[in-house]
Formats: sequence, C-alpha cells, structure tokens
Amino acid sequence: MSFSITEPSNRQKWIAGVLVIAYALITLMPLAWIIATGFKTPADAIAYPPKVIFEPSVEGYVNLFTSRSRVTPEDLAALPPPETFYDEIVRQYDMVITGPSKYGERFLNSIIIGFGSTFLSVFLGTIAAYAFSRFKVPLKDDLLFFILSTRMMPPIAVAIPIFLMYRQLGLSDTHLGMILLYTAVNLSLSVWLLKGFIDEIPIEYEEAALIDGYTRFQAFYKVVLPQAATGIASTAIFCLIFAWNEYAFAVLLTSGTAQTAPPFIPTIIGAGGKDWPAVAAGATLFLVPIMVFTILLRKHLLRGITFGAVRK
Amino acid sequence: MPDPLSKRAALATPPSLARKIRGLSDRTIAWIFIAPTIFLLLAVNIFPLIWTIRLSLTNFRTNRPNNAVEFVGIENYRKILTDSDTWTSLQATAHFLIWTIVLQVLIGFTLAYLINKKFRGNDMWTTLIVLPMMLSPAVVGNFWTFLYQPQIGLFNYFISFLTGTDPASFSMIGEVPLAPWAIVIVDTWMWTPFVMLICLAGLRSIPSSIYEAAECDRASKWRQFWTITLPMALPFLMLAVLFRGIENFKMFDLVVQLTGGGPGATTQLTSIDLKREAFEKWRTGYASAYAVILFVTVFGLASIYVKALNKVKDR
Repeated sequence: MSFSITEPSNRQKWIAGVLVIAYALITLMPLAWIIATGFKTPADAIAYPPKVIFEPSVEGYVNLFTSRSRVTPEDLAALPPPETFYDEIVRQYDMVITGPSKYGERFLNSIIIGFGSTFLSVFLGTIAAYAFSRFKVPLKDDLLFFILSTRMMPPIAVAIPIFLMYRQLGLSDTHLGMILLYTAVNLSLSVWLLKGFIDEIPIEYEEAALIDGYTRFQAFYKVVLPQAATGIASTAIFCLIFAWNEYAFAVLLTSGTAQTAPPFIPTIIGAGGKDWPAVAAGATLFLVPIMVFTILLRKHLLRGITFGAVRK
Repeated sequence: MPDPLSKRAALATPPSLARKIRGLSDRTIAWIFIAPTIFLLLAVNIFPLIWTIRLSLTNFRTNRPNNAVEFVGIENYRKILTDSDTWTSLQATAHFLIWTIVLQVLIGFTLAYLINKKFRGNDMWTTLIVLPMMLSPAVVGNFWTFLYQPQIGLFNYFISFLTGTDPASFSMIGEVPLAPWAIVIVDTWMWTPFVMLICLAGLRSIPSSIYEAAECDRASKWRQFWTITLPMALPFLMLAVLFRGIENFKMFDLVVQLTGGGPGATTQLTSIDLKREAFEKWRTGYASAYAVILFVTVFGLASIYVKALNKVKDR
C-alpha cells in the first residue's frame, strides 16, 4: 500500500475501531435480548437481576404455536401419559393443548402479502422506470415528482378513505387488498431506485440490439433486464422489508384472514398476563430472517439506502 | 434546379416518416409501461386524498352511516385549530422531532466519521450497526416495553448499573416526565444507523486530494474538519434531517406500541391522536380535516426545507 499523508494513523484507526465496536455491542443488546428471552422459561424471563446465563427452554416456542387451556389436577391425572415433549411441557402448568395458535397463519399471511406486493411493485416499477429512463414522456419531471410525493403522506391520513373504499369494494381484510396497498406504497421507491439503475446502463446496447432487428420489447427483456438484475434485486429487498415490517395499514385494515404478523405479535398473551418468552419467540422468528438477509446482502442494501437518499 | 435523383431517393426513405412510426410505437410502449403505476398511485393516493378533503368538510361519522351527512364548511378545521388537545399533540410531536433529529445527527455523524477512518473490519461492524433499522418498528417497539419494565427490564438494569439508582424506582414508559424520553431513546436507537449511512456516503464523496492540498498548506486537523469535512458533508446531513423529519412527523407504529400515547397524552403524537379520532371515536369528518392539516404541514415544511437545502448544495 502506498503511503498517503491523508491516511489515518494506526492509533486513530484503533481508537475509532474501539468506539464503533462499543456502540455496536450496546446497540445490539436489545436484539440479543429478544433472541435470548425466546429461549427462557417465563420465570427466568422476569428474574431479577436479568439472567444472562440460563438453562435454555423451548417453552416460549411451544406457547407461541399452541393454544392451551387450564384443567384441574384431577382431570390432568386422568389423562393418558403425554405423547410428545410439548405435551409434557404444557402439562407442568396444569394445561392441555387445545390446538394450534394463529401465529402460523399470520406468518404465512406476511409471506404471501410481502412477496406478492414485492413482485408487483418491482414489476410495475421496472417497466415504469424503463419508460421514464428511455422515452420522451410528456411532463416527465412532474410525473416523477408526483410519484415521489405520494411517499410524504402519513399512512393514517390516507387510511380513512382507504378504509371506507375497501369496505365498499370488499377488499378489507383480504390478501389482494393488502398486496395492492403495499404495492402502491412501495411503487414510488421502486420507480426512483430502478430509474437510477437503468439510467446507468448505456443506451448503446439497446440501440445495437434494435439495429440487429430486436423489437423494443425484446431489447427490453433480453438486454436491459439482465443488466439491471442487481438493481432489481436490491429494490426487491427494500420493497420486501417495507411490506414485511408495515404495521399502520395492517392494524387498521386487517383483523383476521389477512392479518400479518406485526399487528399480531404484540397481542400474544399467556395465562397470567404477558407471556414474554412466547412474544420473544414470535419476534425472533419474524426478525431473524431480515437480520440474516441484511448481513448476507449488505453490499447491495447499504448502497441502496444511500443511493436512494442521495439521488432524491 | 433540384436533382430528380436525390428527390426520388428522399421519397424512398422518408426519414421523418420512419422516425414518426418508431416514435409513435415508443410512445405507446411508454404509456403501456407507465399507466399501471400512475393508475395505482391515483387510486390509492390521490383519490383517497380528494375524498379526505371532501369528508373534511362534512360531519360524517363512519359508525353512524344512517345519520344525514351535512356540509359543515370549515367548521372541522376551526374546531381542530382551537382544540387544546391538538396543540398538546403538536408539542409532543415537536419534542420528539427535535430531540430525535439532534441525537441522531450527532451520534450518526460521529459514527460515520469514525467508520471513515477505515479501521479493520469496519464493513462488518457497519452492517451490524444497521440491523435495528431493518426491523419491524411495531414488533421491536413492543419488545422495548419489556426492556423498560421497572426492576426486571434490561434497560433499567443497565441504567442502575451505570448510575447506582434502584432499577425499580423509575418507569420509563409509565411516568409523565420520562415517557417523552423513552420514545426518543428507542427511535434514536433504531434510526441513528440511517443518518450514519447517509453521512458516510457524504464523507466518502469528499475527494482525498482536497485533504492532501490542506496538508500541504499545513492546515491543522481541526481546521480541516471545520473548513472541509463539515461543509462538504453538510448537504448530506441536511438530507438525512429531511428524511428523518418527514418520517418522524408521520411516526405511528413504534410509539403506539411503546406507550400507546400515554401516560395521559404525554407521548400522543399527532398520528396517534389522528388514529384515535378516526378509528376509536369514529369522528370521520373531523379526523379527515386533521389529516389534511397534517399533510399540508408536512408538505409545506418539507418544501421550505428543500429550498434551503438546494441553496446549500449550490454554494
């Protein structure tokens, strides 16, 4: 490495490293605590002082996925011996499993709505961004600004008419309704990010393809799409994360069939008040995929955040 | 006398016509490509906005659909602007906005500055620091109520470890003087990484040749920071403030899960107040007017700010 007078000294680097790592460790503590609490027993979860070392238990996960009801000790004794480990755990508390909880369904709803809206917003965003990038569109700047400005609206402010509209159209508490809504919210980001990516692809490639006899559509999906693949992928991740995390619309417009996990997880309660291990287990399963995603795809993600911000 | 041959050649390949056909088809494609996006945004954003404005001039209540809907003019707007609850919410929002922005800019910029020293492993630590902002605010906010529990909460334990106060002696989300800070702390924890990333992009955009020139001129590090680093990163910092400002003006999910607006109305931000009016008291017309006022406020403040930002950029 060549010597540069502007390169920080080793001592500076060392101090910077220690400070940043200290911040990171403190800031990650709440996340570590969520994951740890999921593996505690309810008694360990509320112990004082907070238990850092504890015997791991899957009780939180069992409680997360089942609904239970209390039985009298006599009835419990009359039951046949427990068949599974989760039956055994539940019976320690004089309870029996009465069926699965709603967590599985809510999680599945999050997946369907998340991926459905991501696919739609990336698809519509890509073609719109292509058109804005390559064609002369009348009032282009105004349209682009209009698309961006839709993001400034507080969700609660548009929620009233959407609530009324969805009731009229029969879209409240449906997957389709939520997919369309999240698509619309994500579209502004998607169009802007993708336009940036497509602008970077030299137009000469398409011109060459057009001269070789490709039609516009062929040039679009055989030349532009493969080159924009990275950009499309990172846009997709942003759309997915938004739809995955969204709460305001979900809590106002869904109550059962199409309810996603974020409004559901805080409502998990146990027999005697809040069942924190179960809540933490639910949160862990919901948050960890995003954490893994972020770490694996850090390059595209971090670039996308600043890129989207800096362009605007 | 025009050359007949060139005339015929021009007729055989009329360039304007060829361009016209191609331009026309391009135009059709452009509209086919753009129309769905515009249509969806009109249906889900503009149409509801117009509907909100219309509702805001009536006394409509969603829970009483059989009541006659009357046109009340600007009555709703007058009521909102003279209601002391509105001003309480605006004050809570202002406290939240100002402090989250101040803290996030200070911590975020410091972190970016340190990361830009390019110590070994800075990429990995940057990614780990970014994790909180990627997660669902509602789910994380809900879990923070556990961390904020007196006695058993990790946050209270941490504070008592640092300061020696009894962890059972205070409740961050249960006490009027502390609750506004409880939401500031969680928002700062969650969104400082965002400000950090934008600042980092700003710092990395400064060409190192400028620092080399400054070194040659024997400018002190202190001087370099104030005359090069800060002014050149300023547009990025201002951008980060704009985004956090808009987002936190709209803040709903995190705070509603953390405190639900309480205790009393100490953390009742405008979005939470609006939600109560619209979906708990079902005063639809009134809430619509409230929504319009909020939207106009965000839009107005943001436009003024963007003008200032552009001035700084052009400098």
